Amino acid sequence: MLLNQFLLLGAFLFCTGIYGVLTRKHTVLVLMSIELMLAAVNINLVAFGAFHNDPTGQVFALFVLTIAAAEVGIGLAIVLLIYRNLHSADLDDVDVMKG
Amino acid sequence: MGVENVFFGIIAAAMALGALGVVRTKNIVHAALYLVVVLAGGAAQFILLGQEFVAWVQVLVYIGAVIVLFLFGIMLTRAPMHPKESLDNDLKWPGAVVSLFLAGVLGGLLVKTYHATKVNVVAPIRTNQITNSIFTTYIIPFEVVGVLLLGALIGAVVLARRD
Repeated sequence: MLLNQFLLLGAFLFCTGIYGVLTRKHTVLVLMSIELMLAAVNINLVAFGAFHNDPTGQVFALFVLTIAAAEVGIGLAIVLLIYRNLHSADLDDVDVMKG
Repeated sequence: MGVENVFFGIIAAAMALGALGVVRTKNIVHAALYLVVVLAGGAAQFILLGQEFVAWVQVLVYIGAVIVLFLFGIMLTRAPMHPKESLDNDLKWPGAVVSLFLAGVLGGLLVKTYHATKVNVVAPIRTNQITNSIFTTYIIPFEVVGVLLLGALIGAVVLARRD
């Protein structure tokens, strides 16, 4: 297997995630796109770990997984607060601080 | 073309379609289910690379916990299943330009740098190697990430509590 096939897959997933973050309006969908980007990073880490035959890639992928779980927990709590205050979870409605 | 390349191609095609589904679908619950396809495909790729432990952790943590959390978020914000207005904002074309530009840059760099580098999976990395690595070399980051997770979860409870 070429190393590049995994890295290119990761790059594709990352770019798809960026597109989602930029174009989605619902907050939960933006969080999902961020998860897509984190999964892409994990593929890169694990591919390089397998390339060097070293457990370090997996260890850092596990750290990324933990951070992703924490981020989703905090993120959904914030989304819930936004929904409670604005009765909408659309990012376009969160414009209180817009100049 | 080895048999592992065939499997890679099938799984990668499913993951790419799932990723496009996450960012293009009109139904929020479907987006969460497409995300399951992407993450399960990622776990399958990890097994293909001989990295079993992180594959099963990905299944347990991402598919088991994070997706359920997303579905709770969708329910609690009463997201419309069949929305009348679009789920996208009007940045569709700028977003496409940015992501295609990034894809071009990343793809060009990767093809230029790693065009002939091969991965040889001789043996799967065993779980005891990973735990040895975590609890000796990376013990400080491990403890820090544990405290971070605790702080984030307590923070989430404090934020979301109705008082």
